[in-house]
Amino acid sequence: MTIVKEQDVVPFRNRVKEYAVKMGMSLVNQTKLITAASELVRNLLKYGKGGNVKIEVINQGRDNGIRLTFVDQGPGIENIELAMKDGYSTGKSMGLGLPGTKRLVSEFNIQSSVGKGTTVTIIKWKNG
Amino acid sequence: MERIPILRMGHFLLVTIQVDLYDQLAENLESDLVHMVKKTQAKGVLIDVSAVSIIDSFMGRILGNIANMSKIMDAETVVVGMQPAVAITLVELGLPLKGVYSALNVERGMQLLHSKIIFDQEEEEAEAEGDDDDHSIE
Repeated sequence: MTIVKEQDVVPFRNRVKEYAVKMGMSLVNQTKLITAASELVRNLLKYGKGGNVKIEVINQGRDNGIRLTFVDQGPGIENIELAMKDGYSTGKSMGLGLPGTKRLVSEFNIQSSVGKGTTVTIIKWKNG
Repeated sequence: MERIPILRMGHFLLVTIQVDLYDQLAENLESDLVHMVKKTQAKGVLIDVSAVSIIDSFMGRILGNIANMSKIMDAETVVVGMQPAVAITLVELGLPLKGVYSALNVERGMQLLHSKIIFDQEEEEAEAEGDDDDHSIE
């Protein structure tokens, strides 16, 4: 799914929700996943000036889950360690986005190179 | 342009958020509310979020902003009807929602606002009496 403007956020969240509901994810996990997705998609718009999101259903043993991959061609993040700290932000926000998101999902992976862009991958297992 | 309706009920403003807000809508609501507080001289703002399934850091910040701005305008803000899953997520996200009062449902939210305002009025009356003669209640 391509995200280029603010109005894309709500339809995107609804898509994620559809997948989560179909899988039978609990309401709390659904809410966590969608909130995390919402934070990341906001970053995508704000810092990456839009980008692409991939929604996948994945299996690992008996557990299944949803993997979201956020790719942008923005300026990239210079210091990922710093960006992952609570309360740090280069923008005007509260700096909760990345660290908060990490707490909400099962697995969190971020790769970024300055000048090229940032890729964030999150996984939320159905039961985790 | 799409807007969230703001209803006036006596001294209070009542907002029921029925849709998942996108950013512009939330920002409009913020500024509309502050203007309405001024226009109606409301003493309280009650925001019903029972139909909201997602509150992310942006939405949380808007709620906090509304509460802070209203406070400066001499009005209290109560958020009511938050879904349990949303509350869990907010705390894990690390969003404190400072300065925002909360209540389980609209009814209790109204009671909370009433109690705050009546308390204020009593204080004012007590002060007024204290000015009339010197038998202040303290």
